[in-house]
Amino acid sequence: MLIKKPDSIKSSEITSESVYLNRRHFMRGALGTAALLATGAANAIPEYEAEKDLPIYRGPDWLQQKIRESVRNGQYVTDEQLTPYFHVMSYNNFYEFGTGKKDPARHAQNFNTDPWKLEISGEVGKPGVYNLEDLVKPHLLEERIYRLRCVEAWSMVVPWVGLSLGDLLKKFEPTSKAKYVEFTTLYDPEQMPGQRSRFSTLEWPYVEGLRIDEAMHPLTMLAVGVYGNALPPQNGAPLRLVVPWKYGFKSIKSIVRIRLTDKMPKTTWNQMAPQEYGFYSNVNPAVAHPRWSQASERRLPSSLFHPNRIDTLPFNGYAEEVAELYRGMDLKKWY
Amino acid sequence: MAKAKTKSRWLRYAEWWLVFLLPLVPLGLLTYNAWIFNLGADPAQEIVHETGIWAINLLWITLAITPLRRMFTFSWPMRYRRMLGLYSLFYAVVHLLAFAAFILGWRWDLLLQELVERPYIVVGAAALLLLIPLGVTSTRGMQRRLGRNWLRLHKLVYPIALLVMVHIIWQIRSDFGEQLLYGAILTVLLGSRVYFYLQKKVRVMQAARAA
Repeated sequence: MLIKKPDSIKSSEITSESVYLNRRHFMRGALGTAALLATGAANAIPEYEAEKDLPIYRGPDWLQQKIRESVRNGQYVTDEQLTPYFHVMSYNNFYEFGTGKKDPARHAQNFNTDPWKLEISGEVGKPGVYNLEDLVKPHLLEERIYRLRCVEAWSMVVPWVGLSLGDLLKKFEPTSKAKYVEFTTLYDPEQMPGQRSRFSTLEWPYVEGLRIDEAMHPLTMLAVGVYGNALPPQNGAPLRLVVPWKYGFKSIKSIVRIRLTDKMPKTTWNQMAPQEYGFYSNVNPAVAHPRWSQASERRLPSSLFHPNRIDTLPFNGYAEEVAELYRGMDLKKWY
Repeated sequence: MAKAKTKSRWLRYAEWWLVFLLPLVPLGLLTYNAWIFNLGADPAQEIVHETGIWAINLLWITLAITPLRRMFTFSWPMRYRRMLGLYSLFYAVVHLLAFAAFILGWRWDLLLQELVERPYIVVGAAALLLLIPLGVTSTRGMQRRLGRNWLRLHKLVYPIALLVMVHIIWQIRSDFGEQLLYGAILTVLLGSRVYFYLQKKVRVMQAARAA
């Protein structure tokens, strides 16, 4: 009676009541990518058809312009079905705006993300406080389709728009003492109701970190957009990290400070429950969270009679690219 | 006189139907929203969570009826204690079935794995298992047949409530507001029983001294 195998999902089952990818545009985009890849160039990002009543976040003019000029990175695509925009922008973990999945979309709508300043500090040759616009403008933005695996054992496939973190960091001339990169989210309890909650065990502001080689890895991305538009505030506008081979909480949102340092940063979840959330938090089906298994995940959206449960892959399927970074490390110890 | 009597009988019917239908509202809303695809990206999680919450709400309401009667000499809710308790069991069963069907897709291997690796599920399952005999023995006939043992058996509801608390506390990720609220209410509900028990003891002792 019930479908037991999670791999034969009907597309009609997934996409009802959500944004459809415009297949024609998509096909044109895909063909174009193939053609341009042959000549060594990348291709313009596809146009996504938005459902009428869903809000689109266009962002400031300069960002619109940058996103219009962005290209799809043909190296970082996947043939997996994209998680529809509706779900990407309405099912979020962003505890600064509440702990429910729908809370961020509800409470972040008036979040002020422009103008935005980013502080670069620590072990760099050119520390300072910069306008986001000035930081992003010199870069060609690209679209990359990444899997996002949450530590809560659900996952999505998301088309981000942004740039390699490494390309940005290089401009500030990291010194030889820069061993780690620490990221900090905005602290503004007036705008972020979650930071006012008395029943939270998390310390604010939210801090995340990477080892310098992880930060410089070409897969590591700073996103300013999603689905061909600016990031919605609930997705971490105006600037967020995307590290696709790590659990989602590593991909910190609404970043105001990037600090390069010689010490391992004290990251928020790790500080709260070190036995549950390691500094590395690489996606690893072999290491269970103390309270649940990480061996499989539910790819969202899942429908009722189709849990869409799939096996979780080491490094979220990016082992070929990143396993090298951890050679010789006991991943059970350094979870 | 006769007219007043029929009226009150009608009111009673209305009251019964109201109490009977009201606990079905959350399930109705959930079903409706599932039908129109309004439960978000993870409808399974939403249904499991909501039915679990309502199993707890109804258990707490059931546990509130006796203290209410003692404190305010409200006795009419007593008539519905069994019904509300059975509704709690009903939601707990739906909660489990939704978990098995929508989250696990009836994969028993996964269930086994989940039971081992998610200990809070074992605790929740234990609470549900213990609740079942209470539901089965809730009829008047069983009440009569079991006599004093019925009361003893139904005291199981207290450890069940504590298991439920463990079940939800074990799932805290960072926000514990909900658990704090349920815990505070349960403390009052169980505390009032201790209070009434001690009060009764004192009264018995005083009566003994007076005699």
